[in-house]
Amino acid sequence: MSRYLLDKFLFTVDRDPELTERYREDPAGTVTWWEAEMANTLLNSTAAERTTWLAFDDDERRALAEHDHVALFTMGAHPFLTLTLFIAMFERDHGPMEYQRAYARAMDHLSMPYPDIST
Amino acid sequence: MAELVAVVASTHHPFYYRASTSTGADRPPFADEWVAKIERFRETLTAARPDVLVMVGSDHFHQLWLDNMPQFLVGKAPFFDANWHNEEREFGLPRMTLRGEEELAAHLLRDGLDRDFDLAFSNELRIDHSITCPIITLRPEADLPIVPVYTNIFAPPMPRPQRFVALGQALREMVESWDSDKRVAVIGTGHLSLELGGPRQFGEHGPDPEFDRKAVGWIANGDIEGCLAEVTLDSLHHPGNATHGFMDFMLMMGVAGAGQKADHVDTLDLFHTMEAYFTWYPQGDPR
Repeated sequence: MSRYLLDKFLFTVDRDPELTERYREDPAGTVTWWEAEMANTLLNSTAAERTTWLAFDDDERRALAEHDHVALFTMGAHPFLTLTLFIAMFERDHGPMEYQRAYARAMDHLSMPYPDIST
Repeated sequence: MAELVAVVASTHHPFYYRASTSTGADRPPFADEWVAKIERFRETLTAARPDVLVMVGSDHFHQLWLDNMPQFLVGKAPFFDANWHNEEREFGLPRMTLRGEEELAAHLLRDGLDRDFDLAFSNELRIDHSITCPIITLRPEADLPIVPVYTNIFAPPMPRPQRFVALGQALREMVESWDSDKRVAVIGTGHLSLELGGPRQFGEHGPDPEFDRKAVGWIANGDIEGCLAEVTLDSLHHPGNATHGFMDFMLMMGVAGAGQKADHVDTLDLFHTMEAYFTWYPQGDPR
């Protein structure tokens, strides 16, 4: 399990407007492409300096491919990253604050302590 | 030596810019009261006539990332561009460019290292809403040079609350030992109880009004001892999953000094979070 890689996915997709739209429209395809092409990119370096060992496990791949923000939360993905990206993708389909409140309601069954988010 | 003319601690609410500039049906019902409180708060900084602003905030995974994460970082550059794509997208924040005060930044880095704070530095830092929100609320002209000081309240493992207080205490001594005739204000922003991305987010009030009440009391009275007796890295999970941002308020209590009552205290109970505003005048109230 790699909380770091989940966070890296959310971080890199959120900051790139084209990738944000692509993930909204084609989540499974974007996750497959991202894991193959982007997961092992060292972000502040050149393309040649690739990391060799980062990969999702099946549950992580599924949660991302299904836009399952509740599963991402329970896996310990950083809640700020997930929230920011999901607002960018889905707030537009709802009235003011509706999406943010529905996002919270979907997690009503979760209680303290929350999952560890350390990486 | 430089004079510390104001110590200012505030929540940073990214919705303020849009709420305060919107009109007609788009203007939220709480906007007028919010603007009035901010304008009173702004007067407390204006009255101190600062020349330089030390801005304590926390990068929200914009430039500082998990592959290379500093705990405390000082920005040393002639300019700081500001606000990021996702802050324009979600909050409507404007792009800004602020001047930097490199001499003070260099002094804080040298003096901080010599005081056993292993401060990281950045010579090309794009700052985010933790610093631009208080510029927008407190100094909308954005005309004063700044020294950004970033803290990690976001990515565990983080320094403990005691370390934030100690850095604040040291920061005050460092500012006051700067060989300059400039008037310096230290402005820091954090949060009271706050939940982001969890089940308690975006409620009618902040997630833990009782914590907020106690926190405002600690800050307003400079009660560092009482605050440290209750607040730990573990305890901060309970009021809301983003409440570690309160440690930036604790840093500012360190700057203001133990037992120092704030000269200006104000709060605003909004949905999702409580706003809180504090100003101390170490040289006496100039108003």
